[in-house]
Amino acid sequence: MLFDGYDTGGFHDEMFCADGTPRSCARLLFERIASVGDEELRRYQQAAEQALFRMGITFNVYGDEAGTEKIFPFDIIPRIVAADEWAQIERGLRQRVHALNVFINDVYHEQKILKDRVIPTEVVLSAKSFRKSCVRLRPPKGTWCHITGTDLVRHGDGKYYVLEDNLRCPSGVSYVLQNREIMKRTFPQIFDRSNVRPVGDYPSHLLKTLQDIAPPVYGSPVVALLTPGIHNSAYFEHAFLAKFMGVELVEGRDLVVMNGHVMMRTTKGFERVDVIYRRIDDDFLDPSTFRPDSLLGVPGIMDVYRAGRVALANAPGTGIADDKVIYAYVPKIIKYYLGEDAILPNVPTYVCWDEAERMHVLDNLEKFVVKAANESGGYGMLVGPHSTSEQREKFKAAINADPRNYIAQPTLALSRVPVIVEDHFEGRHVDLRPYVLYGKDIFVLPGGLTRVALKKGSLVVNSSQGGGSKDTWVLSC
Amino acid sequence: MLSRVADSLYWMSRFVERAENVARFIDVNTWLSLDLPEGYQEQWRPLISTTGDDALFAKHYAAASRSNVIQFLTFDTHNPNSILSCITAARENARAVRQYITLETWEQINRFYLAVQNRARSSARGFPPGVDFFSDVTTASHLFLGTLYATMSHNEGWHFCRLGRLIERADKTSRILDTKYYLLLPSLDAVGTPYDDLMWAAVLRSTSAFEMYRKRFQQISPDKVVEFLVLDREFPRAIHHCVVSAEASMHAISGSPFRTFSNPAEQQLGRLCAELNYIQVREIINRGLHEFLDDIQARLNLVGDAIHNSFFALQPVPVMPQYPAAGSDA
Repeated sequence: MLFDGYDTGGFHDEMFCADGTPRSCARLLFERIASVGDEELRRYQQAAEQALFRMGITFNVYGDEAGTEKIFPFDIIPRIVAADEWAQIERGLRQRVHALNVFINDVYHEQKILKDRVIPTEVVLSAKSFRKSCVRLRPPKGTWCHITGTDLVRHGDGKYYVLEDNLRCPSGVSYVLQNREIMKRTFPQIFDRSNVRPVGDYPSHLLKTLQDIAPPVYGSPVVALLTPGIHNSAYFEHAFLAKFMGVELVEGRDLVVMNGHVMMRTTKGFERVDVIYRRIDDDFLDPSTFRPDSLLGVPGIMDVYRAGRVALANAPGTGIADDKVIYAYVPKIIKYYLGEDAILPNVPTYVCWDEAERMHVLDNLEKFVVKAANESGGYGMLVGPHSTSEQREKFKAAINADPRNYIAQPTLALSRVPVIVEDHFEGRHVDLRPYVLYGKDIFVLPGGLTRVALKKGSLVVNSSQGGGSKDTWVLSC
Repeated sequence: MLSRVADSLYWMSRFVERAENVARFIDVNTWLSLDLPEGYQEQWRPLISTTGDDALFAKHYAAASRSNVIQFLTFDTHNPNSILSCITAARENARAVRQYITLETWEQINRFYLAVQNRARSSARGFPPGVDFFSDVTTASHLFLGTLYATMSHNEGWHFCRLGRLIERADKTSRILDTKYYLLLPSLDAVGTPYDDLMWAAVLRSTSAFEMYRKRFQQISPDKVVEFLVLDREFPRAIHHCVVSAEASMHAISGSPFRTFSNPAEQQLGRLCAELNYIQVREIINRGLHEFLDDIQARLNLVGDAIHNSFFALQPVPVMPQYPAAGSDA
C-alpha cells in the first residue's frame, strides 16, 4: 500500500479530497493502483522508461555528457479530469480560441477593438509579435490560428485558470499520444472499465484541419509539415505527426518558390505543396520578409501565401495574441467580440506597462511570478517566493528598462498529483495543456499534456527545467 | 518522394550493410586465427585495407595488432567506417526519415544502435567484445533488413534502401576478395595443405558464402571461389547478383523499361550488368583479378555518384516567365 501516509499538503490534489479519500472520479483508479504490489508498480514504471528508450523518444544532452541521450521523464500514474469538469474546459477553450481568432483578424484589418479603446493601441503595436507585413493579410477561410495549446492550471480554489495562450507553434501533443501508447503497453489492465476518452484520432483531425484550409486545387491537396530539422528539440513530434498524418516532413532546403508556387524537391523533379503546417517561428519563415539571416525558411514563401496559393498553419502574425501583455486583455477581448463572459478565467495579471500596476509589482516582487512578454519554455521568468534578492534586483532593473515587456501574476497554488518517488507517493504540481484545432469547425482533443514539476515543491513544469509528464485521462462519464 | 528522404534511406541502408560486413570480417578472422599453427602470422592488417582506411589507421595506432585493429574497426569514432560510426550514421539517417520508415524499422535500428553503444561503453571500461558481439551485429542487420522487407511497402523508398544496400555489398565483396586473394596467393605453392583450404574457406565465410559454395562446387579452388563471389547469379552476396538486383531496383525507381535508361545512374549500372552477364572467370584471371576488381570498385563509385547527381543533389530551379499572382492585392 504505497498510498499510506500520502499527504495532500493543503493543496488541491487531483486524486484525493482534502480528507485523504479518493475523489469520486479517481476511485476506480485508486483501487486498481492499490491492488498492485509495490514491486510490480515499480516494474511498470521501469518498463515505461525502457520503452521510451527503445522507441527512441529521447533528446540529446549537450555539455558534460555529450553524446548521451535522455528521455523526458514519465510517471505512470495517470492524471484524471472528470467528465463535467472537462465539459466546462472544452466550452471555455472553444470560446477563447474563437474570440482570439476574431481578435487577430481585427488587429490586422479594421482595428475596431483599438478604435473602441478596449485595448490601448500602443500595447498592440509595440508587441514584438505584431507583424507589419501581415496587415491586410487574408488567411484562407479567415482563420489565423488553427492549432492552439492553451496552458491551464488549477488553483487552490479548485477552479481552472488559463495561464498562457500558445498560438504560434504549440508543441507536446505527440507526448499526449505517446504517453497513452506507453501506458497501454506497460499497464494495460489499468484501462479496464475506466471510461477514458481516446486521443489517438488527433492526427486525423489535424490532417482534416490542414486540408480544410487548402487553396482550391485539383484532387486532394498536398500537405507538408515544415520542421527546422533533426536537431530541433521537438523534432520527434514533427516526425511523429507527419508519419501519422501520412504527409511529407520537409525542411526549408526541400522547398523552393517557383513560378508563384511552393514546390518540394523530389526524386522526380519539383512537386507543388498546397498546405504547410509549419513548426518554425514567423521570424524564420521567409528570409525575404522576416529575418534575412534565417537558413530554415523558404525565400518568397510569404508572396505565395499572400497570393493565396499556399496555406500556412498557423498563419504568420498569430503570435500577437500570444503576447503575455495581450493575454491580460483576453477576458475583455471575449466580452468585446462575443458579448460573453470568459468561461475560463485568466490568472490575475499585472501589466508593467501601466505605471500604477508596475509600482505595485516592483514593491511586491517577492510575491509575484514575473514573465517576459515574448518568451516561452520557462525562460525569462522570475518566481518571486523562490528568488534571491540578487535575482529580484536584476528583474527590477529589467522591468524599469522595458516595462512593456513584463507582466506579473500572483504565485498560484498549482494543484498536485501523486507521483512515484522511490517506494512511495508524493504530491507534485501540475498544469494541463489541451489542444484545440480550428479548420472548418473547432475540435478540442479530449485529453492534453499534463506536465509535472518533478522537483519537490517546484512550480515550474517546463521540460527544460526538470519537468516530466503523465498520461491525462479525460473521463467520458 | 523528397530527394532528401531518398538520400537518407539510401545511406541508412548502406551504413547498416557496411557495419555488417565489418563485423563479418572481424568474426571470420578471429575464428581463423584459432586454427592457424604457430609461426603463421595472424593477419589483421588486411582487414583495414578492406575498408580502405590504412592511412587513418596509421595516424592513430602504432601496430596492426589484433586488439588495435578490432578497436579501430569496431568502436573507434575517429574511423568513419567503424561499426559504431556506421550504426550511428545509419540511425541519424533513419531519424531524418523517421516519418517515412515504419515504427518497426525505426525501433530495430534504434535497438541496434543502443546495443552497439552499450557494448562500446563496456569495451572502454576494459571488456573488449567477444565473437558473440560480431555475430549479434550480423543478426541485428538481418533483423533490420527483415523489418524493412516485411513492414514497408515495396515502393520507391524501399527500392532506394535496396539500391544502397546492394551497391555497398557489391563493393565489400569485391574488396574482401581483392585483399584476401593477394594475401593467399603465396600459399598457392602449398596447395593441398589443410591451411590452404582453411584460408579459402575463411574468404568464403567472410561473405557467408561457404555453405552455398560447397553446394555449388564442393571442392575449394581459388578460381572457383572467384567465380562464385564475382559471377554467381543466385548467391545474394556475389557481385553479379548484387548488381543485377540493384539494376532491377533502379528500373523500379525510374520506371524506364529494361535495356533502356533515363538517367546516368541507370546507364552506368546497366553497363556494369551487361559486362558481368557474359564475362567468364578465365578472362578475369587472365586480365588480372586485382585490376578487374579495382575496375569494379571504380565503376560502383561512378554509379554511386550518378545516383547522387540524378536523385539527391539540389537541382537548379528553372527560370520561368512570371505571371501576375491570382487573387493578389496588386
